[in-house]
Amino acid sequence: MAKVLMKGNEAIAEAAIRAGCLNYFAYPITPQSEVAEYLVKRLPEEGGVFLQGESEVAVGYMIFGAAGAGERVMTTSSSPGISLMSEAISYIAAAQCPAVFVNIVRGGPGLGGILPSQGDYFQATKGGGHGDYHLLVAPDGVQEAVEMTMQAFTLAEKYRGPVMILGDGLIGQMMEPVEFPDNLKTEPSNKDDWATNGMDTRKSKKRNLVKSLFLDPTELNNNNLALKAKYDQMKREEIQFEAYNTDGDYKVLITSFGTMSRVCRTAIDLLKEEGIEVAMLRPKTVFPFPEQAVFDAATKKSCKSVISIEMNMGQMVEDVERCVKGQRPVEFYGECGGDIPSPEKIIEIIKKMI
Amino acid sequence: MQTEIKFAGFGGQGILLSAKLLAYAAMKQGSFVAWVPSYGPEMRGGTAYCTVVISDKLIGSPIIKNPTHLVAMNRPSLEKFVDDVKPGGIVFINKSLIPGGSDRTDIIKLEVPINEIAIKAGSVRAANIVALASFAAKSKLVDLDLLKDCIKGEFAAKAKIIPLNMKAFDEGVNFANNN
Repeated sequence: MAKVLMKGNEAIAEAAIRAGCLNYFAYPITPQSEVAEYLVKRLPEEGGVFLQGESEVAVGYMIFGAAGAGERVMTTSSSPGISLMSEAISYIAAAQCPAVFVNIVRGGPGLGGILPSQGDYFQATKGGGHGDYHLLVAPDGVQEAVEMTMQAFTLAEKYRGPVMILGDGLIGQMMEPVEFPDNLKTEPSNKDDWATNGMDTRKSKKRNLVKSLFLDPTELNNNNLALKAKYDQMKREEIQFEAYNTDGDYKVLITSFGTMSRVCRTAIDLLKEEGIEVAMLRPKTVFPFPEQAVFDAATKKSCKSVISIEMNMGQMVEDVERCVKGQRPVEFYGECGGDIPSPEKIIEIIKKMI
Repeated sequence: MQTEIKFAGFGGQGILLSAKLLAYAAMKQGSFVAWVPSYGPEMRGGTAYCTVVISDKLIGSPIIKNPTHLVAMNRPSLEKFVDDVKPGGIVFINKSLIPGGSDRTDIIKLEVPINEIAIKAGSVRAANIVALASFAAKSKLVDLDLLKDCIKGEFAAKAKIIPLNMKAFDEGVNFANNN
Protein backbone atom coordinates (compact mmCIF):
# COMPACT_ATOMS: atom_id res chain seq x y z
CA MET A 1 0.00 0.00 0.00
CA ALA A 2 1.19 3.51 -0.82
CA LYS A 3 2.28 5.86 1.90
CA VAL A 4 -0.26 8.33 3.19
CA LEU A 5 0.30 11.45 5.28
CA MET A 6 -1.62 11.14 8.53
CA LYS A 7 -1.79 12.51 12.05
CA GLY A 8 -0.69 9.97 14.64
CA ASN A 9 -4.14 9.93 16.21
CA GLU A 10 -5.84 9.18 12.90
CA ALA A 11 -3.22 6.61 12.01
CA ILE A 12 -3.75 4.78 15.32
CA ALA A 13 -7.51 4.77 14.63
CA GLU A 14 -7.07 3.35 11.14
CA ALA A 15 -4.54 0.79 12.41
CA ALA A 16 -7.08 -0.48 14.94
CA ILE A 17 -9.67 -1.02 12.21
CA ARG A 18 -7.12 -2.79 10.03
CA ALA A 19 -6.22 -5.01 12.96
CA GLY A 20 -9.84 -6.12 13.10
CA CYS A 21 -10.99 -4.02 16.05
CA LEU A 22 -14.63 -3.07 15.54
CA ASN A 23 -15.42 -1.89 19.06
CA TYR A 24 -14.24 1.47 20.30
CA PHE A 25 -15.51 3.22 23.40
CA ALA A 26 -14.08 6.54 24.53
CA TYR A 27 -14.49 9.86 26.23
CA PRO A 28 -12.93 12.90 24.53
CA ILE A 29 -9.78 14.53 25.88
CA THR A 30 -7.01 16.60 24.27
CA PRO A 31 -4.57 15.67 22.71
CA GLN A 32 -6.15 12.48 21.38
CA SER A 33 -9.70 13.48 20.40
CA GLU A 34 -8.97 12.95 16.68
CA VAL A 35 -9.02 9.18 17.31
CA ALA A 36 -12.70 9.34 18.22
CA GLU A 37 -13.41 11.89 15.49
CA TYR A 38 -11.93 9.50 12.94
CA LEU A 39 -13.56 6.35 14.26
CA VAL A 40 -17.03 7.85 14.57
CA LYS A 41 -16.89 8.17 10.79
CA ARG A 42 -15.00 4.98 9.93
CA LEU A 43 -16.40 2.35 12.30
CA PRO A 44 -19.99 2.39 10.98
CA GLU A 45 -18.57 1.89 7.47
CA GLU A 46 -16.95 -1.31 8.73
CA GLY A 47 -19.98 -2.50 10.69
CA GLY A 48 -18.34 -1.56 13.98
CA VAL A 49 -19.48 0.25 17.10
CA PHE A 50 -18.39 3.60 18.49
CA LEU A 51 -19.90 4.63 21.77
CA GLN A 52 -18.99 7.70 23.79
CA GLY A 53 -19.20 6.88 27.49
CA GLU A 54 -20.45 9.29 30.11
CA SER A 55 -17.00 9.29 31.69
CA GLU A 56 -13.70 7.45 31.50
CA VAL A 57 -14.78 5.29 34.44
CA ALA A 58 -17.77 4.09 32.40
CA VAL A 59 -15.60 3.61 29.31
CA GLY A 60 -13.21 1.41 31.28
CA TYR A 61 -16.03 -0.97 32.15
CA MET A 62 -17.47 -0.89 28.61
CA ILE A 63 -14.06 -2.14 27.53
CA PHE A 64 -14.16 -4.82 30.25
CA GLY A 65 -17.62 -5.92 29.08
CA ALA A 66 -16.71 -6.17 25.41
CA ALA A 67 -13.38 -7.85 26.16
CA GLY A 68 -15.07 -10.34 28.48
CA ALA A 69 -17.50 -11.16 25.69
CA GLY A 70 -14.53 -11.99 23.48
CA GLU A 71 -14.63 -8.94 21.19
CA ARG A 72 -11.59 -7.04 19.94
CA VAL A 73 -11.86 -3.71 21.70
CA MET A 74 -9.86 -0.53 22.16
CA THR A 75 -10.07 2.81 23.89
CA THR A 76 -7.85 5.85 23.67
CA SER A 77 -7.41 8.57 26.22
CA SER A 78 -4.86 10.90 27.74
CA SER A 79 -3.32 10.98 31.19
CA PRO A 80 -6.18 12.11 33.51
CA GLY A 81 -8.59 9.88 31.57
CA ILE A 82 -6.29 6.88 31.94
CA SER A 83 -6.15 7.51 35.69
CA LEU A 84 -9.93 7.25 35.81
CA MET A 85 -9.81 4.02 33.79
CA SER A 86 -7.12 2.49 35.95
CA GLU A 87 -9.59 0.72 38.23
CA ALA A 88 -11.15 -1.07 35.25
CA ILE A 89 -7.71 -1.88 33.81
CA SER A 90 -6.81 -3.61 37.07
CA TYR A 91 -10.08 -5.62 36.89
CA ILE A 92 -9.42 -6.52 33.25
CA ALA A 93 -5.91 -7.73 34.13
CA ALA A 94 -7.28 -9.81 37.02
CA ALA A 95 -10.07 -11.30 34.89
CA GLN A 96 -7.54 -11.99 32.11
CA CYS A 97 -9.34 -10.27 29.23
CA PRO A 98 -7.57 -8.93 26.12
CA ALA A 99 -8.00 -5.19 25.51
CA VAL A 100 -5.97 -2.35 24.02
CA PHE A 101 -5.53 1.01 25.74
CA VAL A 102 -3.81 3.95 24.07
CA ASN A 103 -2.47 6.73 26.28
CA ILE A 104 -1.52 9.85 24.32
CA VAL A 105 0.26 11.30 27.33
CA ARG A 106 -0.08 14.99 28.27
CA GLY A 107 1.53 16.98 31.04
CA GLY A 108 0.59 16.20 34.64
CA PRO A 109 0.07 15.74 37.54
CA GLY A 110 -3.55 16.76 37.90
CA LEU A 111 -5.10 18.32 34.84
CA GLY A 112 -1.58 19.48 34.02
CA GLY A 113 -1.52 20.74 30.43
CA ILE A 114 -2.29 19.52 26.94
CA LEU A 115 1.24 19.42 25.52
CA PRO A 116 3.37 16.27 25.08
CA SER A 117 4.86 14.57 28.14
CA GLN A 118 6.20 11.23 29.30
CA GLY A 119 4.99 11.68 32.84
CA ASP A 120 2.91 8.49 32.83
CA TYR A 121 5.83 6.06 32.58
CA PHE A 122 5.47 4.94 36.19
CA GLN A 123 1.72 4.52 35.81
CA ALA A 124 2.01 2.49 32.61
CA THR A 125 4.88 0.22 33.59
CA LYS A 126 4.23 -0.30 37.27
CA GLY A 127 0.52 -0.91 37.13
CA GLY A 128 -1.24 2.36 37.82
CA GLY A 129 -4.22 0.73 39.43
CA HIS A 130 -4.17 -1.67 42.37
CA GLY A 131 -2.69 -5.15 42.52
CA ASP A 132 0.08 -7.05 40.77
CA TYR A 133 -0.11 -6.36 37.05
CA HIS A 134 1.73 -4.68 34.21
CA LEU A 135 1.16 -3.18 30.76
CA LEU A 136 3.46 -2.54 27.83
CA VAL A 137 4.84 -0.73 24.74
CA ALA A 138 6.03 2.78 23.55
CA PRO A 139 6.26 4.05 19.94
CA ASP A 140 8.67 6.75 18.62
CA GLY A 141 6.63 8.07 15.72
CA VAL A 142 3.51 7.71 13.64
CA GLN A 143 4.65 4.65 11.66
CA GLU A 144 5.70 2.81 14.81
CA ALA A 145 2.42 3.80 16.50
CA VAL A 146 0.56 2.13 13.63
CA GLU A 147 2.62 -1.05 13.82
CA MET A 148 2.44 -1.25 17.60
CA THR A 149 -1.32 -0.67 17.61
CA MET A 150 -1.80 -3.51 15.15
CA GLN A 151 0.52 -5.79 17.14
CA ALA A 152 -1.16 -4.80 20.41
CA PHE A 153 -4.31 -6.76 19.60
CA THR A 154 -2.28 -9.90 18.89
CA LEU A 155 -0.31 -9.45 22.12
CA ALA A 156 -3.46 -8.78 24.14
CA GLU A 157 -4.97 -12.04 22.91
CA LYS A 158 -1.76 -14.02 23.25
CA TYR A 159 -1.51 -13.03 26.92
CA ARG A 160 -5.21 -12.44 27.56
CA GLY A 161 -4.64 -9.10 29.22
CA PRO A 162 -4.55 -5.34 28.74
CA VAL A 163 -1.87 -3.89 26.48
CA MET A 164 -1.13 -0.18 26.49
CA ILE A 165 0.36 2.00 23.77
CA LEU A 166 2.26 4.73 25.60
CA GLY A 167 2.39 7.65 23.19
CA ASP A 168 2.57 11.36 23.80
CA GLY A 169 0.85 14.46 22.50
CA LEU A 170 3.41 14.99 19.76
CA ILE A 171 2.97 11.50 18.31
CA GLY A 172 -0.78 12.06 18.37
CA GLN A 173 -0.72 15.47 16.71
CA MET A 174 2.17 15.17 14.26
CA MET A 175 1.60 14.11 10.64
CA GLU A 176 4.06 11.70 9.07
CA PRO A 177 3.90 9.33 6.11
CA VAL A 178 2.57 5.93 7.12
CA GLU A 179 1.98 2.53 5.63
CA PHE A 180 -0.41 -0.03 7.08
CA PRO A 181 1.34 -3.39 6.90
CA ASP A 182 -1.22 -6.06 6.01
CA ASN A 183 0.91 -8.79 7.53
CA LEU A 184 0.35 -7.40 11.04
CA LYS A 185 -3.33 -8.22 10.89
CA THR A 186 -4.17 -11.44 12.70
CA GLU A 187 -7.37 -13.41 12.92
CA PRO A 188 -9.04 -13.15 16.32
CA SER A 189 -8.05 -16.05 18.58
CA ASN A 190 -10.52 -18.69 19.70
CA LYS A 191 -12.04 -17.42 22.93
CA ASP A 192 -14.51 -20.25 23.53
CA ASP A 193 -12.62 -21.56 26.57
CA TRP A 194 -13.00 -18.45 28.67
CA ALA A 195 -15.11 -15.66 27.12
CA THR A 196 -18.79 -15.05 27.76
CA ASN A 197 -19.32 -15.05 24.02
CA GLY A 198 -22.69 -16.80 23.96
CA MET A 199 -23.56 -20.51 24.30
CA ASP A 200 -25.11 -20.55 20.82
CA THR A 201 -21.92 -19.71 18.97
CA ARG A 202 -19.54 -22.12 20.64
CA LYS A 203 -19.50 -25.88 20.79
CA SER A 204 -18.63 -26.23 24.48
CA LYS A 205 -21.44 -26.83 26.94
CA LYS A 206 -19.40 -25.31 29.76
CA ARG A 207 -20.50 -21.90 31.03
CA ASN A 208 -17.69 -19.37 31.19
CA LEU A 209 -17.31 -16.93 34.05
CA VAL A 210 -15.30 -13.71 33.75
CA LYS A 211 -14.46 -12.34 37.20
CA SER A 212 -11.83 -10.58 39.27
CA LEU A 213 -13.12 -11.51 42.74
CA PHE A 214 -11.40 -14.49 44.35
CA LEU A 215 -12.39 -14.75 48.03
CA ASP A 216 -10.59 -18.02 48.57
CA PRO A 217 -6.96 -17.14 49.35
CA THR A 218 -5.55 -20.12 47.48
CA GLU A 219 -7.64 -19.31 44.43
CA LEU A 220 -6.48 -15.65 44.48
CA ASN A 221 -2.87 -16.71 44.96
CA ASN A 222 -3.21 -19.08 42.01
CA ASN A 223 -4.66 -16.30 39.85
CA ASN A 224 -1.71 -14.07 40.75
CA LEU A 225 0.68 -16.91 39.98
CA ALA A 226 -0.99 -17.31 36.59
CA LEU A 227 -0.55 -13.57 35.93
CA LYS A 228 3.08 -13.71 37.07
CA ALA A 229 3.73 -16.62 34.73
CA LYS A 230 2.41 -14.48 31.87
CA TYR A 231 4.60 -11.51 32.80
CA ASP A 232 7.60 -13.83 33.03
CA GLN A 233 6.79 -15.17 29.57
CA MET A 234 6.53 -11.59 28.24
CA LYS A 235 10.00 -10.92 29.66
CA ARG A 236 11.31 -13.93 27.72
CA GLU A 237 9.46 -13.35 24.45
CA GLU A 238 8.30 -9.77 23.94
CA ILE A 239 11.19 -7.44 24.72
CA GLN A 240 11.81 -4.97 21.88
CA PHE A 241 14.44 -2.26 21.78
CA GLU A 242 16.53 -0.24 19.36
CA ALA A 243 20.29 0.12 19.77
CA TYR A 244 21.56 3.26 18.03
CA ASN A 245 25.22 3.90 17.22
CA THR A 246 26.31 1.17 19.65
CA ASP A 247 28.98 -0.32 17.36
CA GLY A 248 31.66 2.28 18.04
CA ASP A 249 33.65 3.13 21.17
CA TYR A 250 31.12 5.42 22.78
CA LYS A 251 31.83 7.10 26.09
CA VAL A 252 28.23 7.88 27.00
CA LEU A 253 25.11 5.80 26.66
CA ILE A 254 21.76 7.61 26.41
CA THR A 255 18.56 5.85 27.35
CA SER A 256 15.30 7.37 26.17
CA PHE A 257 12.00 6.31 24.67
CA GLY A 258 9.24 7.59 22.40
CA THR A 259 9.42 11.13 20.99
CA MET A 260 12.40 11.95 23.21
CA SER A 261 14.52 9.29 21.49
CA ARG A 262 14.15 11.06 18.14
CA VAL A 263 15.60 14.24 19.58
CA CYS A 264 18.43 12.21 21.12
CA ARG A 265 19.11 10.58 17.74
CA THR A 266 19.59 14.04 16.18
CA ALA A 267 21.94 15.02 19.03
CA ILE A 268 23.95 11.80 18.56
CA ASP A 269 24.28 12.46 14.80
CA LEU A 270 25.46 16.04 15.42
CA LEU A 271 27.97 14.89 18.06
CA LYS A 272 29.29 12.26 15.66
CA GLU A 273 30.09 15.02 13.14
CA GLU A 274 32.27 16.57 15.88
CA GLY A 275 33.96 13.21 16.46
CA ILE A 276 32.18 12.45 19.74
CA GLU A 277 30.72 8.97 19.93
CA VAL A 278 27.53 8.57 21.92
CA ALA A 279 25.15 5.61 21.77
CA MET A 280 21.49 5.18 22.60
CA LEU A 281 19.45 2.30 23.90
CA ARG A 282 15.75 2.87 23.27
CA PRO A 283 13.22 0.51 24.84
CA LYS A 284 10.30 -0.02 22.48
CA THR A 285 8.62 -2.10 25.14
CA VAL A 286 8.87 -0.18 28.41
CA PHE A 287 7.42 -3.26 30.05
CA PRO A 288 8.89 -5.82 29.68
CA PHE A 289 12.02 -3.67 30.01
CA PRO A 290 15.14 -4.58 27.99
CA GLU A 291 17.14 -5.26 31.17
CA GLN A 292 20.01 -7.27 29.72
CA ALA A 293 20.41 -4.97 26.69
CA VAL A 294 20.69 -1.90 28.93
CA PHE A 295 23.22 -3.64 31.17
CA ASP A 296 25.30 -4.83 28.21
CA ALA A 297 25.30 -1.44 26.47
CA ALA A 298 26.10 0.43 29.71
CA THR A 299 28.95 -1.86 30.71
CA LYS A 300 30.75 -1.86 27.36
CA LYS A 301 34.40 -1.11 28.08
CA SER A 302 34.48 2.31 26.38
CA CYS A 303 31.28 3.50 28.11
CA LYS A 304 32.00 5.66 31.17
CA SER A 305 28.50 6.80 32.12
CA VAL A 306 24.81 6.57 31.32
CA ILE A 307 22.18 9.29 31.09
CA SER A 308 18.45 8.82 30.86
CA ILE A 309 16.76 11.68 28.99
CA GLU A 310 13.00 11.93 29.38
CA MET A 311 10.05 14.30 29.08
CA ASN A 312 9.36 14.01 32.80
CA MET A 313 11.15 14.51 36.11
CA GLY A 314 12.89 11.12 36.17
CA GLN A 315 10.90 7.92 35.82
CA MET A 316 12.47 5.44 33.41
CA VAL A 317 15.82 6.34 34.97
CA GLU A 318 14.84 4.16 37.94
CA ASP A 319 14.56 1.14 35.66
CA VAL A 320 17.87 2.07 34.03
CA GLU A 321 19.60 2.30 37.42
CA ARG A 322 18.13 -1.05 38.38
CA CYS A 323 19.52 -2.64 35.20
CA VAL A 324 22.97 -1.01 35.34
CA LYS A 325 23.34 -2.45 38.86
CA GLY A 326 25.77 0.23 39.99
CA GLN A 327 28.37 -0.64 37.34
CA ARG A 328 28.30 2.88 35.85
CA PRO A 329 27.06 6.24 37.12
CA VAL A 330 23.54 6.93 35.86
CA GLU A 331 22.51 10.55 35.38
CA PHE A 332 19.20 12.08 34.40
CA TYR A 333 17.96 15.04 32.39
CA GLY A 334 14.35 15.87 31.78
CA GLU A 335 11.94 18.65 30.97
CA CYS A 336 8.18 18.52 31.18
CA GLY A 337 5.07 20.57 30.85
CA GLY A 338 5.31 20.52 27.08
CA ASP A 339 8.90 21.67 26.74
CA ILE A 340 10.96 19.01 25.02
CA PRO A 341 14.73 19.04 25.55
CA SER A 342 16.34 20.29 22.31
CA PRO A 343 19.23 18.56 20.50
CA GLU A 344 21.42 21.57 21.43
CA LYS A 345 20.62 21.16 25.12
CA ILE A 346 21.37 17.43 24.98
CA ILE A 347 24.70 18.12 23.24
CA GLU A 348 25.61 20.65 25.94
CA ILE A 349 24.83 18.12 28.69
CA ILE A 350 26.72 15.27 27.01
CA LYS A 351 29.79 17.48 26.51
CA LYS A 352 29.83 18.22 30.22
CA MET A 353 29.79 14.49 30.94
CA ILE A 354 32.92 13.66 28.90
CA MET B 1 19.99 17.58 3.66
CA GLN B 2 17.12 18.76 5.82
CA THR B 3 14.88 21.79 5.29
CA GLU B 4 12.46 23.15 7.84
CA ILE B 5 9.66 25.57 7.02
CA LYS B 6 7.62 27.38 9.62
CA PHE B 7 4.15 28.52 8.56
CA ALA B 8 2.60 31.13 10.85
CA GLY B 9 -0.43 33.40 10.89
CA PHE B 10 -3.90 33.85 12.34
CA GLY B 11 -6.13 30.83 12.82
CA GLY B 12 -8.26 30.64 9.66
CA GLN B 13 -5.59 31.83 7.21
CA GLY B 14 -5.05 28.30 5.95
CA ILE B 15 -1.69 27.84 7.67
CA LEU B 16 -2.14 24.19 8.58
CA LEU B 17 -3.53 23.30 5.15
CA SER B 18 -0.79 25.09 3.19
CA ALA B 19 1.83 23.34 5.30
CA LYS B 20 0.13 19.99 4.82
CA LEU B 21 0.02 20.42 1.04
CA LEU B 22 3.74 21.20 0.92
CA ALA B 23 4.51 18.18 3.12
CA TYR B 24 2.30 16.00 0.95
CA ALA B 25 4.06 17.05 -2.26
CA ALA B 26 7.47 16.49 -0.66
CA MET B 27 6.38 13.03 0.46
CA LYS B 28 5.22 12.19 -3.07
CA GLN B 29 8.63 13.32 -4.26
CA GLY B 30 10.18 10.64 -2.07
CA SER B 31 11.38 12.72 0.88
CA PHE B 32 10.92 11.98 4.55
CA VAL B 33 8.50 14.53 5.99
CA ALA B 34 6.94 15.54 9.29
CA TRP B 35 4.16 18.06 9.87
CA VAL B 36 4.18 19.36 13.40
CA PRO B 37 1.34 21.65 14.49
CA SER B 38 1.12 23.89 17.51
CA TYR B 39 -1.92 22.73 19.33
CA GLY B 40 -1.58 24.78 22.48
CA PRO B 41 -3.99 27.42 23.76
CA GLU B 42 -2.35 29.88 21.34
CA MET B 43 -4.61 28.51 18.63
CA ARG B 44 -7.60 30.22 20.15
CA GLY B 45 -7.44 33.70 18.68
CA GLY B 46 -3.67 34.16 18.57
CA THR B 47 -0.98 33.05 16.18
CA ALA B 48 -1.36 29.59 14.68
CA TYR B 49 1.80 27.98 13.46
CA CYS B 50 3.13 24.72 12.25
CA THR B 51 6.41 23.34 10.99
CA VAL B 52 7.13 21.11 8.04
CA VAL B 53 10.37 19.14 8.02
CA ILE B 54 11.59 17.76 4.70
CA SER B 55 14.64 15.52 4.68
CA ASP B 56 16.47 12.98 2.56
CA LYS B 57 16.97 10.78 5.63
CA LEU B 58 14.90 9.64 8.60
CA ILE B 59 13.81 12.71 10.57
CA GLY B 60 15.17 12.83 14.09
CA SER B 61 13.91 15.66 16.24
CA PRO B 62 10.72 17.11 14.76
CA ILE B 63 10.95 20.05 17.16
CA ILE B 64 12.65 22.89 15.29
CA LYS B 65 13.84 26.10 16.94
CA ASN B 66 15.59 27.65 13.96
CA PRO B 67 13.79 26.88 10.69
CA THR B 68 15.39 27.22 7.26
CA HIS B 69 12.46 29.28 5.94
CA LEU B 70 9.46 31.17 7.31
CA VAL B 71 6.06 31.85 5.78
CA ALA B 72 4.60 34.75 7.79
CA MET B 73 0.96 35.49 7.09
CA ASN B 74 0.52 38.27 9.65
CA ARG B 75 2.57 40.84 11.51
CA PRO B 76 2.69 39.15 14.97
CA SER B 77 3.98 35.99 13.30
CA LEU B 78 6.71 37.82 11.45
CA GLU B 79 7.80 39.68 14.58
CA LYS B 80 7.74 36.53 16.68
CA PHE B 81 9.65 34.21 14.34
CA VAL B 82 11.77 36.23 11.90
CA ASP B 83 14.84 36.27 14.13
CA ASP B 84 14.73 32.46 14.41
CA VAL B 85 15.22 31.92 10.67
CA LYS B 86 18.66 30.64 9.68
CA PRO B 87 20.78 33.08 7.64
CA GLY B 88 20.18 32.68 3.92
CA GLY B 89 16.64 31.44 4.43
CA ILE B 90 13.56 32.68 2.62
CA VAL B 91 11.16 34.79 4.65
CA PHE B 92 7.81 35.00 2.93
CA ILE B 93 5.94 38.14 3.97
CA ASN B 94 2.23 38.61 3.36
CA LYS B 95 2.47 42.18 2.01
CA SER B 96 -1.31 42.60 2.16
CA LEU B 97 -1.24 42.56 5.95
CA ILE B 98 2.36 43.35 6.86
CA PRO B 99 3.46 46.83 5.72
CA GLY B 100 6.80 47.06 7.52
CA GLY B 101 8.71 43.93 6.54
CA SER B 102 11.91 42.98 8.34
CA ASP B 103 15.23 44.72 9.03
CA ARG B 104 17.27 41.56 8.57
CA THR B 105 19.66 41.70 5.65
CA ASP B 106 20.94 38.12 5.77
CA ILE B 107 17.72 36.57 4.55
CA ILE B 108 15.88 36.42 1.23
CA LYS B 109 12.70 38.44 1.55
CA LEU B 110 9.75 37.43 -0.57
CA GLU B 111 7.05 40.06 -0.17
CA VAL B 112 3.79 39.14 -1.89
CA PRO B 113 0.47 41.05 -1.83
CA ILE B 114 -1.50 37.80 -1.66
CA ASN B 115 -4.94 39.31 -1.09
CA GLU B 116 -4.72 41.55 -4.14
CA ILE B 117 -3.43 38.70 -6.30
CA ALA B 118 -6.14 36.35 -5.03
CA ILE B 119 -8.89 38.92 -5.66
CA LYS B 120 -7.58 39.37 -9.19
CA ALA B 121 -7.66 35.61 -9.64
CA GLY B 122 -11.28 35.46 -8.50
CA SER B 123 -11.58 35.40 -4.72
CA VAL B 124 -9.67 36.49 -1.65
CA ARG B 125 -10.30 33.02 -0.24
CA ALA B 126 -7.52 31.65 -2.43
CA ALA B 127 -4.93 33.91 -0.76
CA ASN B 128 -3.30 31.01 1.07
CA ILE B 129 -2.79 29.19 -2.24
CA VAL B 130 -1.14 32.32 -3.69
CA ALA B 131 1.18 32.33 -0.69
CA LEU B 132 1.97 28.63 -0.97
CA ALA B 133 2.58 28.89 -4.72
CA SER B 134 4.91 31.86 -4.54
CA PHE B 135 6.87 30.34 -1.66
CA ALA B 136 7.13 27.01 -3.48
CA ALA B 137 8.30 28.75 -6.66
CA LYS B 138 10.96 30.73 -4.81
CA SER B 139 12.19 27.90 -2.61
CA LYS B 140 12.11 25.20 -5.31
CA LEU B 141 11.52 22.61 -2.58
CA VAL B 142 8.97 20.63 -4.54
CA ASP B 143 7.93 20.15 -8.14
CA LEU B 144 5.22 22.74 -8.86
CA ASP B 145 3.08 20.42 -10.97
CA LEU B 146 3.17 17.82 -8.23
CA LEU B 147 2.09 20.46 -5.71
CA LYS B 148 -0.78 21.46 -8.01
CA ASP B 149 -1.88 17.83 -8.14
CA CYS B 150 -1.87 17.72 -4.34
CA ILE B 151 -4.07 20.83 -4.22
CA LYS B 152 -6.49 19.27 -6.72
CA GLY B 153 -6.58 16.13 -4.58
CA GLU B 154 -7.26 18.14 -1.44
CA PHE B 155 -10.18 19.96 -3.06
CA ALA B 156 -11.51 16.88 -4.88
CA ALA B 157 -14.77 16.99 -2.93
CA LYS B 158 -15.26 20.68 -3.86
CA ALA B 159 -14.34 20.44 -7.54
CA LYS B 160 -15.83 23.78 -8.52
CA ILE B 161 -13.25 25.75 -6.54
CA ILE B 162 -10.33 23.96 -8.20
CA PRO B 163 -10.10 26.32 -11.25
CA LEU B 164 -9.97 29.35 -8.91
CA ASN B 165 -7.19 27.78 -6.89
CA MET B 166 -5.25 26.77 -9.99
CA LYS B 167 -5.43 30.33 -11.30
CA ALA B 168 -4.38 31.69 -7.90
CA PHE B 169 -1.52 29.19 -7.88
CA ASP B 170 -0.25 30.28 -11.32
CA GLU B 171 -0.49 33.96 -10.38
CA GLY B 172 1.45 33.27 -7.18
CA VAL B 173 4.19 31.50 -9.13
CA ASN B 174 4.34 34.34 -11.68
CA PHE B 175 4.71 36.95 -8.98
CA ALA B 176 7.55 35.06 -7.31
CA ASN B 177 9.35 34.55 -10.61
CA ASN B 178 9.10 38.22 -11.58
CA ASN B 179 10.00 39.82 -8.24
